Amino acid sequence: MPKQTASIAARTEQGNRLILELSGRLDSDSLGEVWKQAEHLLAREQPRELLIDASGVQYADGSGMAFLVDLRCRQQERAASFEITGLPEKLQKLLELYAPPDFEKPAVKEPKPPNLAEEMGRMAYAVWSDWRRSISFLGELAAALTFSALHPRQIRWKEVFLVSEKAGVNALPIIALIAFLVGLIMAFQAAIPMGQFGVEIYVADLTALSILRELGPLMTSLTLAGRSGSSFAAEIGTMKVNEEIDALLTMGLDPVRFLVTVRVIAAILVTPLLTVFADLVGILGGSIVLLSMGYPLITYVNQVMSAVTWIDFSQGLLKALVFGLIFSGIGCLRGLQTQTGPSAVGDSATRAVVTSIILIVIADGIFAVIFYYLGI
Amino acid sequence: MTASTTPMIQVENLTVGYGQDIIVDDVSFEVSRGETFIILGGSGSGKSTLLKAMIGLLPPKKGRVLIDGEDIATEDEQKHLGILRKIGVMYQSGALFGSRTLLENVRLPLEEFTRLPGRAQNLVACLKLNIVDLKGYENYLPAEISGGMKKRAAIARAMALDPEILFLDEPSAGLDPVTQAELDQLVLTLSKNLGMTFVIVTHELPSIYTVADRVIMLEKESRKIIAEGRPDHLRDHSDNPRVRQFFQREADPEKV
Repeated sequence: MPKQTASIAARTEQGNRLILELSGRLDSDSLGEVWKQAEHLLAREQPRELLIDASGVQYADGSGMAFLVDLRCRQQERAASFEITGLPEKLQKLLELYAPPDFEKPAVKEPKPPNLAEEMGRMAYAVWSDWRRSISFLGELAAALTFSALHPRQIRWKEVFLVSEKAGVNALPIIALIAFLVGLIMAFQAAIPMGQFGVEIYVADLTALSILRELGPLMTSLTLAGRSGSSFAAEIGTMKVNEEIDALLTMGLDPVRFLVTVRVIAAILVTPLLTVFADLVGILGGSIVLLSMGYPLITYVNQVMSAVTWIDFSQGLLKALVFGLIFSGIGCLRGLQTQTGPSAVGDSATRAVVTSIILIVIADGIFAVIFYYLGI
Repeated sequence: MTASTTPMIQVENLTVGYGQDIIVDDVSFEVSRGETFIILGGSGSGKSTLLKAMIGLLPPKKGRVLIDGEDIATEDEQKHLGILRKIGVMYQSGALFGSRTLLENVRLPLEEFTRLPGRAQNLVACLKLNIVDLKGYENYLPAEISGGMKKRAAIARAMALDPEILFLDEPSAGLDPVTQAELDQLVLTLSKNLGMTFVIVTHELPSIYTVADRVIMLEKESRKIIAEGRPDHLRDHSDNPRVRQFFQREADPEKV
């Protein structure tokens, strides 16, 4: 079948009368050019009378109808006359079905340019309501955790362990990789300047202290925030979108107690454990550098043991515990805050990760100040 | 338009299923041009699976589906797109894009597949919404309108490029009787005035009597078509008790 196209021929007559002869197929494929031509003609001629001769039209679809309606509306807007002749009866009926004579073009909302004051107000309100929501969530979470601590039998342990495995144990390889590489790289970077002073052995002190006190818990919890906090948000967000949260509420089950405590307890359990692991692997990574410089392993181990104390180690674990609380709580909170719409779950996951990272870093700073004043 | 006499849709010895499970086994039927064709069956009888195979979402295990003489499962990208232009699908829940307004939903296929100027696309989209009686809701988001309106908007979107066939998956499920009846009227209007072919999956009896030219009925146990014909004829004259039972809304005697 040869592809037929639409064509348009224009004629002007006395008294500002424009005649457009349409022929061929008026459909969404062929109309593009014709429509532009007609727009152009109408804008130039501004005819008081427009006559459409449609006797050559073989076929018209919804777009063809829209084309005719467009011409009609343009004339009506200028209070000028419009007439169609020769439109096959079938198409005439179709035209009436699509657009009865009183049809008016609806206004299509154009996006408004943003107004600075309005935007600032919106943002301030968003920040304010986010704070309020976060504070009330903190209260709910504290209450739920206290309840769980008082009634440990009521915790759904099976689910806690399931979450621990998915969100924690399965994160072991990536955490090991990151910790190992960071330990190795840090030791390597430190070995060169320290070597200039002939004190390469102190690389062991540096690596062990910084990993135990700082990097171990930080790397572990940031990785978990990205990996598991976001999945908490996405999971709970999807439940919210599917009205599963509503179902819980109407069954009399508090979503914070039912969903959030399980995840928070799991995170509080696994983050310190993974941190211990990250500490070990990180220090192991540092040893590679000294081994390659000819120091025996036992020297490295002894140097590490003399450099660090149990306090350094437990400081790191305490931090890890708090960071775990932060990323799991924030992940769940963002999940519960999920709005409707297809991008809502993705937005929640993003917000969970961003907020968790910010809060973890801030908490880390606070810890540094506290430990400094405590002198440990 | 080609005034050919080939049927609009031919389903030949079609077997479909998921993994090892066969849901519909070796069925054949035809849908003529301009016909309103209804696929019936109880829950789990494979209505939606059959529909998915007909629109090419589910590759057949055996047999083929021809739309206007062309195999829907063709490897040829261009041909496949050509076939897709001929069909429009309304999914059970509407499947409107939630982040776009109704107008933008309907306009999307026009933006992608036509070269109409922007204003023209808007107008075409508005007319489509007008035809499904959604004038005035152009700037609403899907989340802001009711279930019945979503379904109508989904029909408008399916019609954006003026397909020859519209597939509707359970259009009246979950709607009140008045809205159901309005939707039936819409189908009748479109079928009468635009000459569209409809393939509808449903089990709403009133709708079936109102709109159907012909129905087929699937059965879960045999995985085959157990009846074919006009609905009122099947109700009164079918020799299969299961078919009569369906049309007369009786519970399964074995389960009572």
